[in-house]
Amino acid sequence: MRHTDPDTVATSGPPPGAAEPVLVLDDVHVRYGGSHVLQGVSFEVPATGVTALLGRNGVGKTTTLKAVAGLAPRTGRIVVRGREIQHERTHRIVASGVGYVPEDRDVFGGLTVDENLRLVDPQRGADADVVRDLFPDLLARRAQRAGTLSGGQQQMVALARVLLRHNDLLLVDEPTKGLAPKLVTEVADVLAEVARSTPVLLVEQNLPLVRRVADTVVVLDAGRVVHRGDARALVEDAALTTELLGVSMRREGAA
Amino acid sequence: MSDLVLVLVTGLGLGALYLLAASGLSLVYGLMGVLNFAHGSFMTAGAYAAWLTADALPDGWSAGPRLLVSTVVAVVVGALVGLVVEVLLIRPLYRHHIQQVLVTVGLSLASVAAAQGVFGADPRPVEQPSWMGSTVTLLGANLPADRFLYVAVAALLLAGLLALLRYTRLGLVIRAGVENRTMVEALGIDVRRTFTVVFALGAGVAALAGVLYSQYAGTVSPGQGGSLLIYAFIVVVIGGMGSVTGTAVAAVAVGLVQQLANYYAASGVGDLSVVLLLALVLLLRPASLQGAPA
Repeated sequence: MRHTDPDTVATSGPPPGAAEPVLVLDDVHVRYGGSHVLQGVSFEVPATGVTALLGRNGVGKTTTLKAVAGLAPRTGRIVVRGREIQHERTHRIVASGVGYVPEDRDVFGGLTVDENLRLVDPQRGADADVVRDLFPDLLARRAQRAGTLSGGQQQMVALARVLLRHNDLLLVDEPTKGLAPKLVTEVADVLAEVARSTPVLLVEQNLPLVRRVADTVVVLDAGRVVHRGDARALVEDAALTTELLGVSMRREGAA
Repeated sequence: MSDLVLVLVTGLGLGALYLLAASGLSLVYGLMGVLNFAHGSFMTAGAYAAWLTADALPDGWSAGPRLLVSTVVAVVVGALVGLVVEVLLIRPLYRHHIQQVLVTVGLSLASVAAAQGVFGADPRPVEQPSWMGSTVTLLGANLPADRFLYVAVAALLLAGLLALLRYTRLGLVIRAGVENRTMVEALGIDVRRTFTVVFALGAGVAALAGVLYSQYAGTVSPGQGGSLLIYAFIVVVIGGMGSVTGTAVAAVAVGLVQQLANYYAASGVGDLSVVLLLALVLLLRPASLQGAPA
């Protein structure tokens, strides 16, 4: 059930002359107890821009990110910048340059904003340049407990926390889930800014956002890759998005 | 009135011992979900280490310095034993919680048997500085001086622990890890290494509790750690698994309830009351006294 010819994928993928892919998944399987969640997922993430990982609920998008981050029991080959990481523990994978922003933000609610940031950057915390540049709101709230922040502010903490470290690749899982439209735009701005220097693998349901920030898309269904190609081409093809994702832009509304 | 003061001070003293016994247990559970039934073995190891050290120190020393030096040795021994147990027995069984429980239960049984084999089953008297056996008169009551020592040591430990949690990098990682250890790993921090440090520190504090409990009892015996551990577990559950302030509040509550019931009802009712208190807390506030982490 491959909808895109591999040859056209090559032309619509990374721009000509782009470097090696930053991430390669090769026949990755994840099994939780009796359920076989990822059934041989293989795709590449180019070294620039945003790659959106799409699909209906429960097809294995979050699990794919977790497999890369070492948070799910996986087999197969996972290569980041030429280095195999499928046997490494999470903290090593992350420390070596794979930033992970989980689906539910998972900020430490009992810790202050500054403490959340100091976990990653013990010296500067909220004083880091990236916080001042991208998340000025957090500076004012540095002493506030992260658990008392709004969803959007928590998302900013989760993003800032990861950006305090140099990353070869960012894994970002549904950053706009449950956010008001204005905040969705803010998160999209941050993602677009970040993607100028760091490749991002983004799980996202919001198609207008995907169209805005993503260059390439990978679509999963039932634990397998069913489509790879140009982001805009997919999002603007209502028939194809309906078939692959069960939704199309018109029903989603504008970003 | 003087009876009440005596009962309250004794309850506070016992609560202090429970806090020392429980604080390591609480953080170890909070951070990694490890129910450590071998925690009592660290207390026993500390008590015997102090007893042996006091025996080996020169006769010319007076009892005070002997107790101080032997306590320091006991804490170091306890921490080292804890470190070895964590690295050899707990670490290989991460994520296998049932096996961990079995290993620590086995270790606690084995350590009692080993202590009996080496030192005999009979309680051995411990040397006590004379001032600890003396009494202090307060509000008309004659109060054993040792109770104040336990309270002071526990208060110092609590203050130190809270400062560690609040102001140090290790404390920050512990607080975050108690809340969500997977996310700490996902920020590039090796939580297991932190856990090893916490486990060893907790074992050192348990050894301190063991030394002071043997001073309270006047003897050291193989089963002492086990009996203190039961109360420590009750305190940890009431205090909210992983919360240091919750543990402190629960330790004082358990010590006071136990002594008040023993004195005003009948001897032995105290233990029953403690179990009732546990049941009440679990029924009324399943999330336990202190919902806040660490």
